Order: sequence, then C-alpha cells, then structure tokens
Amino acid sequence: MKRTLADRNRKRTFAGWIGRRALGGVLTVLLASILIYGALRLAPGDPVLAMTGGRRLTPDQVEALRHRYGLDRGFMQGYLAWIGDALRLDFGTSMHYQTGVTSLIANRLGVSGLLILYSAVLAVVSGFAVALASAVKGGPVNRVAGIVAAVTTATPTFVSAIGLLSLFSVGLGWFPATGAGTGLADRLWHLTLPATAMALVAFGVLARVGNAAFAEELRREHVEVARSRGVGTAAVIRRHVVRNALAPMLTIVGLLLASLFVGTAVVETAFGLDGVGSLLVSSVSRRDFPVVQGVALIAVLLFVVVNTLVDLAMPFIDPRVTVGGLGR
Amino acid sequence: MLAKKTLARREAPGGGAGDRRDALRISELSLAVGTGERAIPLLAGVTVRVGRGETVGLVGESGSGKSLTARTALGMLPRGARATGGVTVSDVDVLAAGRRELRELRRTRVSMIFQDPRASINPVRRIGDYLTEGLRARGVPARAAAERALDLLDQVGIRDPGGAVRRFPHEFSGGMLQRVVIAGALSTEPELLLADEPTTALDVTTQAEVVGLLKEMQRAHGTGMLFVTHDLDLAAAVCDRVYVMYAGRIVEEAASASLFGAPAHPYTRALLEASPSVHGDKVEIRAIRGRPRALAESPSGCSFRDRCPLAGDECAETVPDHRPHGTSLVACLRPEQVTP
Repeated sequence: MKRTLADRNRKRTFAGWIGRRALGGVLTVLLASILIYGALRLAPGDPVLAMTGGRRLTPDQVEALRHRYGLDRGFMQGYLAWIGDALRLDFGTSMHYQTGVTSLIANRLGVSGLLILYSAVLAVVSGFAVALASAVKGGPVNRVAGIVAAVTTATPTFVSAIGLLSLFSVGLGWFPATGAGTGLADRLWHLTLPATAMALVAFGVLARVGNAAFAEELRREHVEVARSRGVGTAAVIRRHVVRNALAPMLTIVGLLLASLFVGTAVVETAFGLDGVGSLLVSSVSRRDFPVVQGVALIAVLLFVVVNTLVDLAMPFIDPRVTVGGLGR
Repeated sequence: MLAKKTLARREAPGGGAGDRRDALRISELSLAVGTGERAIPLLAGVTVRVGRGETVGLVGESGSGKSLTARTALGMLPRGARATGGVTVSDVDVLAAGRRELRELRRTRVSMIFQDPRASINPVRRIGDYLTEGLRARGVPARAAAERALDLLDQVGIRDPGGAVRRFPHEFSGGMLQRVVIAGALSTEPELLLADEPTTALDVTTQAEVVGLLKEMQRAHGTGMLFVTHDLDLAAAVCDRVYVMYAGRIVEEAASASLFGAPAHPYTRALLEASPSVHGDKVEIRAIRGRPRALAESPSGCSFRDRCPLAGDECAETVPDHRPHGTSLVACLRPEQVTP
C-alpha cells in the first residue's frame, strides 16, 4: 500500500517535471522566434528591391508587394501573424520561388536529415573510439590523439570540405564531387564526403571531451576495486568506465547534433547539395525572409527538442540525477 | 579445482617461519620505482605472515608503505615498480604470476576491502551488480550469484536484501555500504582478506559495528585477514599479531597483547604515547617530533633515528636487523631502553 502510494506520487512528479521541461522548451522557442523575426526586420536591404532586381516599379506596385508579404504591418502585428501561421506549420510564401516555405524545406529535409545523421554517426563512433583508446593506452597514443583532435577541431568546415574534395573527388576520384544521388546506397556514397567534412569538427570535440571523461572515470576507485576482484579489462572498461562516462558524453552529443544542422549551410553549398543548408544560404543572399525565418525557427526547435530529450534520458543513465526532487 | 591447477606452485624464496599453506607470506619484499640511479625505493625487506584464519595488523603512519604492502598480495604494484623477494598467497607465487594467473588469484583467493565504501562501489550501478561482480567474473551463473548475494546481505545484517540489491549506492549510509563491501569481498570465499583502513571513512559508532562484523564474518568463513590501519589501538583490539611499519620497513612484530605493555621499538612506544586513551589516568599526549618519512627520504641506518629520542651514533651505521626482544621481533639496537 505504502509503495503504490509512493509510486503514484513519483509518477505525478515525473509527469510534472516533463510538463515543466516542455513549457521551458516552448518559451525558449517563442523567445527565439521573436529574435529571428526581429533580426530579419532590422536587417539591411529591402526584400522587395532584391526580388524585383532593381526594375523600376510604381509606388503602387511596391506597396502591393509589401502588403502581399506582410512587410507593411507593424512589428507586433507582423510577428503575431507570422508566428500564428508558423504554429500551424505554415511559414509563408517564398519571395523567390513563389511557393510555400514549408514544402520548400520539407522537400530538402530528406537530404539534410540523412547528411546530419550520417555525419553524427561518423563523429560519435570515431570520436568515442579515439577517446577511449587514447584514455586507456595513454602515453604516445594519447598525445597523437590529442594533436589530431586539436587539428580537426580548429579546421573550419569549408577548409576540410575543399581539402576532401580535391583529394578524394578530384585527385583520387573515389567519391562524386556534387549531387545527392538517388536510392539509399548511391545517396550514402554521394554524402560520404560532405558528412565527413561536417563530422570532423564534432569528432575533434568528442575525442577531446571523451578522453577527459574516460580518463577521469579510469582513475576512480571502483575501477581499481573491480580490477582487484579479477574482472577482465574489457568488462571493467565497459561497466565501470564507458557506462559512467555516458552522461557527460550524451550532453555533448546533444549539443553537437544541433550544431550539425547549422553546419549543413557550409557543407551543402560546398558540395552542391540541394538541402536545407544551401537553401538557407541562397535565401539569405536573396533576402528571401520567409525562408530564412522558417529554417532558423526549425533549427531552434531541433536544438530544444534534442536537449530536452537528453535531459529526459539523464535520470535513466545516472541514478543520482533527481527528477523533480525525487530520484528514480 | 580446475582453476587452481593453472596457478603457479612455487616455494617462496627466503622462506621464513610458518606453514606452507599460510594465507599470505611476504618475505624480504623490496619494491622500487624506476631504474638505476633514479630508482626510488618504496619498501625494503618487508616480511609479513598471515596464517589461515589469523588476523594480523599492519600499522603505520600514512606513507609508511602499509597499503602498498597489502596490495602486493593482489599483484597490484605501482606502475613501473620492480619487486624483489617473495609474495605467496596459499601456494601461488604472486610476483611470478602472469596476468591470467593474477586474475584467477583475485577471483578465487584474495579479496580487498578499501577505505571508502562510497568510492569503492560504482555509483551508477545497482548494489546487486556490485555483489555479484566477483562471482560472475569467475563464471558463476547469474541466478546462483544473485541468490548468493541475497544470502550475503542477510549475513552482514542488511534488512530487506531483496529490495537492497535493486537499489543504488547513494540510497545507503556509509556504514551500510561498508557492510555491502564486506559482503562483496566474502562472496568469493577468499582465503585472504585485505582490509585497507576499512573503518577510517566511517563515524565512530559505525566503526565499532563494522569491525565487529568483519571479525565475525572472518571467523565464520575461516578467512585470514591482513588489517591495515593507522590506529594502533584498533589493531591491537582486532588482531592476533601486529606488524608496525615505518618508512617502508617493518620495525616491530609483536603479539597484540604484549604490544601495549611492552613496546620494543621506540617508534611503537611513541605511537602509543601519541594516541589519547579513555582508560586510566590522564596522561599527556605526546606528538612524535618531526614528520613521517618515506623510505626514499629516510636517513641512513635506522630510518627512525632522526625522530628517535634514544638514537646514538651507531644507529646511523647499518639498518638494524630484526631480533627477538621479549615476545617481540624488533629492528632496534637498544630495545631494552624502550621498555625497561
């Protein structure tokens, strides 16, 4: 009886905690949306001029265009209309393509999503492997890994993109230089270089942070205790080092995943991929505000969702993390 | 049985008194880190014997090398350390054992209890995982290991063992956790238990309970125990015999009973005078002058001579041999002046 009551209380608190987290996420997205909308309204350059390419228009025509894209409305009025539509997943009409922003983004989300996922897998697998190997081996392995991680972290993505292109595409001809390919295998083949270029920075960060996390866990006394009990090295590393370093690692992975979305802007442009990132870049230069606003809002949304999921996973990874005042 | 066959059977060099089946025999053990002129000595000529079912104390200040000595029984030497002499557990030559033999030794014959139970148990894994880890490592099936864990928790006085195995370490007090650690150490039915300051991290009332439990469990399981502590009174209360260590050397070996009445080494007497007592008349607590030395920085001859009130010129010449004095074995040139 006592136990069921406690369980019910715990469940209620857990639900409340999720509710509060979700509310915090919504507030973050709303605040960011005001900034996104405001920044583009304040940005120099008139979208109507950019759209008409300097052709002479009568004041009436200009006024008609401004009205059509909601540019004649006041800030609050314009924002409320925009966010209201955005909540229904309608980000307005592209000034350049003259089609719905939502479908423009949705059509490109497949390529970008796969690219992000691909590069995240590359970065996480290689980053953790290098981090673990360097922490366990120490000595020269550790130093070399440290240098490699520092170099990849410090190399801008556009530089590594060009480097990879000239080496593996132009030089060796192993991978195509542009295009996204058709069918899953072909697409993965096409996306290998862009995903690698994007993964390099994330790899460096993961290798360094992971090395520190693993090294710290290796020094813990329970690791020595496990060894003193004759537990094999592989099992000690799995159960006492990797398991314990999981929490800080997951936090980093969550942050990197969101930053990879932003990274698509550079990589998709460099590799001629028609994804959300290249759409963002071209839309910025065209002053195509509705597209830029839509992409930016989705980036924020992704960031908030991923980080909330990471936070939700924490109590299950580390039992000492309490949820709403109660442990698991 | 099969496992034991793979272990090295070898007579320890140096020998020393005692049964061939002593739980632990450390003879003339010296340990140094580094090589050549830059070698740093850590232990010199340490001889310790623990009989089957016997409790032996290893007492000394921090840095005296007592934990280091205990860990050699598990083959856990500091990185880059070289050892000479003999370390034998039952009939296994620890110093000659390879990785696999050492793992087998740790799984089946020796268990160690560390100072801080909260650091000893992985905070993100369940108590049950901790208890069964040693058994699982030697290939006991999960179900049998889990049953054994419940039985052990019951033996060390944890209420509701079934619930306890599913809980996490942070849900227990330090004293309860040390009970869990003791249960874990005994889970593999070891012949030798190394207890490295097992009560230092606990508060006083819990200390007494844990020591009592440790003795009781040791008696019930017939395990030999090397009890490492800085607390001479505690060692004398718990142990049959006590070794006093100073700067990487054993300076005195005595039966617990005679240690208080007739300390034979000036360091032992100084330790006794430095510890407060709740019994008898109020006596002045006298701190030992100077600071404890590591072996590498100790003076020539007797390591203790720069802090010893009885030291003379001849103490600087050679390291004193162990010689009998009363019921003790003592490494001092003039033990008769210590206890007249």
